[in-house]
Amino acid sequence: MLNYTIRRLVLSVPTLLFIAFVIFMLLELAPGDPMASMPLTIPPEVRQQMREALGLGEPWWVRFPLWLKQFFIVEPQYWIDNAFGTNFADGAQRIISFQSRSPVFDTIAERMPQTLWVVGMSYVVGVAIALPIGIISAYKQYSVFDQAGTFVSMIGFSVPPFFSGVLVIVIFSVQLGWLPSIYDTTHRVVDWNTFKFQLQQMIMPVMVLALQTTAQVSRYMRASMLDNLGQDYVRTARAKGMSESVVVMRHVLRNSMIPVVTVIALGIPSIFGGAIITEQVFKVNGLGQLLIIALQGSDIPMVMTITFLLAVLIVMMNLIADILYGVLDPRIRYD
Amino acid sequence: MTDISAQVQPVDHVDPNAPFEPEEKARNQWLDVWDQFRSHKGAMAGLIFLIFITMFCAFGPFVWDVDPGKLDIRNKDVRPIYVAIWDGDAKTSWARPMGTDHLGRDIMANIMQGGRISLAVGWTAMILAILIGTLVGVLAGYFKRLDWGLMRFTDLVLSLPLLPLLLVMMLLFRDPLRAAFGPENGIFLLIVFGIGITSWMQTARIVRGDVMALKEREFVLAARSIGTPPRRMITRHILPNVLSPIMVSATLGLATAIITESALSFLGLGFPSDFPTWGKILFDSVDRMTAFPERVLWPGLAISLTVLAVNYIGDGLRDALDPRIRGL
Repeated sequence: MLNYTIRRLVLSVPTLLFIAFVIFMLLELAPGDPMASMPLTIPPEVRQQMREALGLGEPWWVRFPLWLKQFFIVEPQYWIDNAFGTNFADGAQRIISFQSRSPVFDTIAERMPQTLWVVGMSYVVGVAIALPIGIISAYKQYSVFDQAGTFVSMIGFSVPPFFSGVLVIVIFSVQLGWLPSIYDTTHRVVDWNTFKFQLQQMIMPVMVLALQTTAQVSRYMRASMLDNLGQDYVRTARAKGMSESVVVMRHVLRNSMIPVVTVIALGIPSIFGGAIITEQVFKVNGLGQLLIIALQGSDIPMVMTITFLLAVLIVMMNLIADILYGVLDPRIRYD
Repeated sequence: MTDISAQVQPVDHVDPNAPFEPEEKARNQWLDVWDQFRSHKGAMAGLIFLIFITMFCAFGPFVWDVDPGKLDIRNKDVRPIYVAIWDGDAKTSWARPMGTDHLGRDIMANIMQGGRISLAVGWTAMILAILIGTLVGVLAGYFKRLDWGLMRFTDLVLSLPLLPLLLVMMLLFRDPLRAAFGPENGIFLLIVFGIGITSWMQTARIVRGDVMALKEREFVLAARSIGTPPRRMITRHILPNVLSPIMVSATLGLATAIITESALSFLGLGFPSDFPTWGKILFDSVDRMTAFPERVLWPGLAISLTVLAVNYIGDGLRDALDPRIRGL
């Protein structure tokens, strides 16, 4: 197992390098110019100097390794310096945003908590709703509950977040006036009332994102439960005289969770993708909104860094899913 | 005696109660599939809705010949006709059954026009994705030399963050393509191409798996033993047998393509405002949804119901194309 993990980790390095290269070249080949929004009265030689000041004067085979060095060496050095008060970085150049002229990672660190709160909470809620639905749907296959569960997950698959989000805003904010339609990220929780407000403003974005998760995970859970409920060991357990709850919750559920856990791990990156849209709907100033703003301003370092971070997340989650599968299911041996 | 006959009958598949029908029309596989498909209520409802919405968008403008782009400032912000039921004072008009927007453009005409573009993007992007996916899947499954490389490539594309990359592509290649092909065609090509090359991977994986299983079957061996060249082997023997997974992933692909196009338009990176799509109409109406909730409702419902219909069709097709379920 350890062998396999190390092999996969080593293999993921060229994968990530290739992805970084693809993103970099896409941004490089694209004709979008970060200087396009500057006034036209700037003389050409000054414009050239400004381009060079942004680091755009060099060819790509100089800038790409430089970006890699900044991302993988300089930035971690700054983290370590910040954490332990050391001085490894020694004033080295960090990745700087074209728009704000501040280090990209500082901006990302500012935006991360909002996104993590909304996205993380929605994923937890979505999974927590999906698992019981999947279990009951499978146990009572073709019952009314099962049909309803199928229908709800069909809706979860079909209604895009930019419509379900707008719809709940119209219903709960505009018509009923129960919940705020805009997510206030400056809000601090200090007492019961502010906590209640935080809860109110989180319900809608979290539920909209959770609907997507629930739809997917509950389907997998149901299918996995159905696979296991027909197995011989279930009949054996019943024949031994075990109660129904022990059979279902202890024997069947534990075996059914194996594929579901990997699906849950694999779904984490895609929920970040879905958060881009949800953040736009509820005006959460998180990572997704940062990406959109950076895209519109041709802020190449910012776009590159956020996109690459998402790629790292995808690759890592794939790896974790595969390893979990091997750990949880003794029938699977990678070596 | 009766016991024995009851045991024998399942073997030769004759229902004793059914009248003997030697004159029944020749059955082929697709008639069986259709019969099974018809028994799936959700799928039939989905199919009917998809045909209805396609007809509505394709032929609607001939009946309702209002120019979707025509500005009519005097008749701006007209509410849909049904608002008159509970609010007699609302500004409604039978000439504008779904109302008008803030520039007086007719919403029904816009929904029709937007549906044409959304559905056209969905279908073409799906066909492109299926073509790439099938090509990669068949090549990887049939030719062992290509398998490793193609599948590593598929894995690589799968680990790209697709929505951000699609956004990058939209933003950066919009202007040159617009200059080269005209504003509408340029964006259409870009969106179709972008969605197509970012959604073929699942099809490729499924097709590869099925092709690899088929390759070991006796009929392929028989075909090879009489000297069938690979090209004809693929077109005559392999492709017809992987048609069912391809069709199922095609329906899923259509649903994703419609949603992705609407999402791009919703993020403001799709078609320009003069060319309405469902996502674009929804995006433009969000600012005024407090006063005019119906304007987000109609395009949103159009997207959701179409995708729901397509998903149900996919569900029905999956059951209908599975020979183990069919005929039960």
